[in-house]
Parts: sequence; structure tokens; C-alpha cells
Amino acid sequence: MSDIQIWTTIFIVLSFGAYMTIAWRSRVRETEGFYVAGHGVPTIANGAAIGADWMSAASFISMAGLIAFLGYDGSIYLMGWTGGYVLLALLLAPYLRKWGKYTVPEFVGDRYSELVRTVSAVAAIIVSFTYVVGQMNGGGIVFSRFLNVDITWGVIIAAVVIFVYAVLGGMKSITYTQVAQYTVLIIAYLIPAVAVAQTMTGIPIPQVSFGQILSGLNDLSVELGLQVFTDPFNSRPMIDIFLVTMALMIGTAGLPHVIIRFYTTKTVRGSRWSAFWALFFIALLYTTAPAVGAFTKFNLLQGVNGVSTDNLPQWVQNWAATGLVQVNENANVVNSVSNDPAAGADLTVNNDILVLASPEIAGLPAPIVGLVAAGGLAAAMSTAAGLLLVISSSVSHDLYFRYFRKSAGDYERLFAGRIAMAVAIVVAVVAGINPPAFVAQVVAFAFGMAASSFFPAIVLGIFWKRCNATGAAAGMIVGLGFTIAYMLYTLEVFGLAAHDPVFGISPEGIGAVGALVNAVVTIVVSLLTAPPSRHITDMVESIRYPSVPRHTSAADSGGE
Amino acid sequence: MADTEDKSPGPPGGNGWRREYWKRNLGLMVVLLAIWFIVSFGCGILFVEQLNQIVIAGFPLGFWFAQQGSIYVFLLLILAYCLFMDRLDKRFGVYEYDEASGGKSDEGGAS
Repeated sequence: MSDIQIWTTIFIVLSFGAYMTIAWRSRVRETEGFYVAGHGVPTIANGAAIGADWMSAASFISMAGLIAFLGYDGSIYLMGWTGGYVLLALLLAPYLRKWGKYTVPEFVGDRYSELVRTVSAVAAIIVSFTYVVGQMNGGGIVFSRFLNVDITWGVIIAAVVIFVYAVLGGMKSITYTQVAQYTVLIIAYLIPAVAVAQTMTGIPIPQVSFGQILSGLNDLSVELGLQVFTDPFNSRPMIDIFLVTMALMIGTAGLPHVIIRFYTTKTVRGSRWSAFWALFFIALLYTTAPAVGAFTKFNLLQGVNGVSTDNLPQWVQNWAATGLVQVNENANVVNSVSNDPAAGADLTVNNDILVLASPEIAGLPAPIVGLVAAGGLAAAMSTAAGLLLVISSSVSHDLYFRYFRKSAGDYERLFAGRIAMAVAIVVAVVAGINPPAFVAQVVAFAFGMAASSFFPAIVLGIFWKRCNATGAAAGMIVGLGFTIAYMLYTLEVFGLAAHDPVFGISPEGIGAVGALVNAVVTIVVSLLTAPPSRHITDMVESIRYPSVPRHTSAADSGGE
Repeated sequence: MADTEDKSPGPPGGNGWRREYWKRNLGLMVVLLAIWFIVSFGCGILFVEQLNQIVIAGFPLGFWFAQQGSIYVFLLLILAYCLFMDRLDKRFGVYEYDEASGGKSDEGGAS
């Protein structure tokens, strides 16, 4: 075993031990604890848990690598994934908390109808599942490189660990485990970033100091056959950058496993502050990621530029073993670098390894490399657990018991939820071993689907009383159907041929159009059909105000 | 739980306060969302090429907005929203105290 493997094993065993202990100590048996942690999570802890829950393998492992190769165009992920929190905080969180149910389908079920509830439960399962596949794949990459196992085994190991603690405790244990995971992942991300910033620029704040290397990076990139780093619209036209950013923002706000988090606070006010703390914790990583991307790319390019292929740095050989780094056999000296195997460059580097390899590329000591591996796993595990909870609650709470066993008790519901998790994990392992696209792209699809299904239904449900069940159902089905159809049309999946995008809109960006289609269909159909009942408009009215004086409002809520 | 509700000053002026409260909430929301749009889609995407002509501390300005500035602004927007809403709640006598709510006092409007 190399030093790196020893340190990786130590950090992974220590951090997993901590997660398991926390999960065991806060295990629960009641439904409310299982799904919403008894509405009793302190605001800052909730914010950290949301951060860990939501920052997935894509954020930790994939994103800085993507930005490194995309340059400016990688901003879609930075702005898209953080900007969604503004929508979430202003348009959704306080109102959904005031409504106070367990799941997103439950809100739309109460607000609209059982049919809409079923549609959104199915959409929640599709979205969460697509997303879980990305996490499994991310976990697999970490294990296969650092523990020297096959990527298939990496995925299976990750799945078993996730299953054990997600099934044991539900939301309460997941919440506190995620606080621990956030701590691990942010430390793992910041330490190498600060160290690299200090060595390269003398200023240990990566956010500030990476400006200094940008012009050097631009020159190096051009020399090695890549785009000018800071120039916009190299890989996508402006309209696509605009739409992808919008789709990711709306998708973030519509993600069922994030929305469910705002039910776990004590008060409506707490849910607003949770959104603030969540973005605060997320911003720590998200403002560092572009710096990590720029520094790593600079180091990478400088390290291999003009070097003979027999003489490449050690990290190239380490990662070549996983198949994620490839040296062109016909090349003697590295004159071109790419992240696209089809480009035929002298050195091909997969996006997904840059963060994990960053300390090695920068020549940092083995314990830091191990720490980063543990952080990458924490990110993949915490998100996967949150997603499995949504799948489990949607299946057991919103589908199975609605249709088959209305009288089931708490115990039976939890049992069915756990079975659903187990099935989801098995299917996710199979899909995680053969992912349809690289990690961040898979996640982007999940966001597009979330954007085009829930978001318009929830926002219109809160802000437009006239919106009715027929409209919402029609909007969700048409919006989601349109989005999935376009993705299938433009991508080579399930044996279908890929077609050229229309107007340069990529499959990641189509969710924004899908959301618009959804909203238009919802509004038109609502206006053509009967308005919702008085009972429902009164409920909508009531979630717009704080709950404290509600006992007076019950009698005189007639006024609009 | 009724105790804590009775101790709060009570909303002034019957139903009028609700309309006022909602109007202010919506007004704040529209302003913040406008800033959200201008900074991210405006400075970060639509006008990025023009802003990139200006370079500060090594960062082309449009690039900086897209990769750093917009995130800081998003954070400030949510902070402003939380602070303003806290103030609004206090002004209308409906401020929530975490300790007093006891977890179950606000199970939602559906009940």
C-alpha cells in the first residue's frame, strides 16, 4: 500500500465511523422523526445539513474539473446552483413550511388533487433517482482510485454504507450525520485550495488570489490547444448559457430533497434563515471551486507542457490505472491536452478527477490527498441519503398507501419506505456502474426535470389562488413530457440516436423552456376550467401570513 | 400555545394588516428578484463581453461576476430578505420566537 492509500483508508474509516455513530445514536421509529426530524432542527445545523445534502458528488468531485475545462462557460453551474437558493428562499421555503407537511407531493396533493399528487410523486421519484445514479458513480470513482478496487466494487461498497445509515434513522439521523459530513467535506475542500493558493500566489485566500494566474492560464490554454479560459461562449452559445443557468436555478428550487429540508425547522422564520445559512455554507465551497479549477488547470498544463510521455508526473500514472487519464500512444511529447477522448489530444483528462487529483497535481502531502477522498465520499453519501429518503417517502407515503393500504400504521409505513430505499439502491447501483453520461451532466438532467415539473405548480399554487388542479396536472405532464422528450431527442440514450439541438439549446438547458411551457399550460387550462373551491383558496390565503395570530383569522378570513 | 399567541401584541386593524403585510412582502420580493436577475443574467451573461473589457485584480469583470460576484450578491439578497421579514413580522406583531413555538404550534394552514 502506498502512503496515499494508507491515509485515505484512515480518513475514510474515521469519518465513516463518526457518521455511523451519529446515525445510531439518533435513530428513530416514528414517522414524523423519520421524515422531518420532528420539526426540531436548529437553524444553523439545518443550514449545514442542507449544504451537505445538496452539495453532491457533482459539486465536490465534478464541478471544479468542469470549470477548469469550460472556463467562463462553467459559470452556468456556479450561478445556476447558487442562484436557485434565492428563488427557494423568497418563493417557496416559508410558504411550504407554513403548510407543514412531509413531502412535496403532499403539498400539491392538498392544494390541487390526488391526481396531481400522484403525478408529482412519480416526478419526484424520477428526479431523485436520476440524481442518485450520479452519486453512486461519484462514490465509485473515489473508491476505485484510492482503495484500488474495481469501479464496480467501489459503487457497491458506497451503496451498502449509504443503505445502512439511511435506513436506520431517517431524517433525524441523516440531518446530524450531514452536519458531520458537511464539516468533513468543507475542510477537505478548503485545505488543499488554501495550500495551493498560498504556494502559487502568496495569498492564502483562493477566491481573491486566482485572479493573478488568469492571464497566464489564458496563454497556457491557447498554447495547448484549448480555449481562452476567461472568454465567454466558447462551448455554448449565449442563449444556451442563459437557459442552462435558468434551468439549474429553477431546478434547485424545485428539487424535492432540498425542499423537504425546510420542513425540518421549528418556525416559518427558521425556514427563511435556514435558506440563508444553507447558501452561506454552500457559497464557501462554490466560491472556492472556480479557484480550484483555475489553479489545478494551471498546474496541470504547466506540469505536462512539452514534457516527454515517458517522463510525465506520478499522478498521471496513478490515475491512468483507473482509465480516467489517458496518454496518447502515438505521442512522444505532450503538446495538447483535452477532456474529450474524441479530440485525440496527447493527454486526455476526465473532468471528474480534477478535484481528487488536485493535491497530487500540486504535489501536496499524502494525508491531504486522503482527506480529499474522504470529503468526496461524504459529499456523495450525504446527497444519496437525502435522495433515498425522498424516494422512500414518495413511494410509501404518496403512492403505495394512498392506493393500496390507507389504514397502515406507522410501523408498516416505515417498513415499506425502507423496502423502497433498498430497491432504489439496487437499481441505482446497476445504473451507477453504467452511467448514461458523466456525473455533473446526469445531475443537470435531474435539475431540468425538477424545473419543468414541480416548480411552476408550487409557485403558482402559492401566488395565484385561481390556479386549479386540472391546470396544474396538465402543466406538469406537458412540461415534464416536453423536457424528457427533448432530452431523448438530443441524446444517445436507450439505444436512440442523437439529433442536433434546436436553436443551440442543449438538453441541460431545456428544463427552463419546459418550466415555461408548464406555467403557460397551467395558466391557460386553469382559466378554462372552474376555479378551485373556497376551502382551498382559504388555505392558500392562510399560508401567506405568519401563524401566530391564526386563531383570530379562522373566524374572519373572508376578506381578500 | 394559545398563551404565546395571546401575549403577542395582536395584529392592528383587523383584516387590513394582512393585505398590508402581503403587499410589503410582495414588494420586497419583486425588488430582490430584480436585483437577482440583473446581477446574474445581466452582468454575468448578457453583458459579460462588455464588462470583460475592465480588468480588476486580474479578473475580467464579467467573468468575476459570473464566477464570484453573483454568488456573494445572492447571499446578501437572502440575508436582506430574512432581516426585512423579521422586521416586518415584528412591526405587525407576528414575530416568531423559536423557543416559544414548541415545535407543533404551527402545523400549517391545512389543519
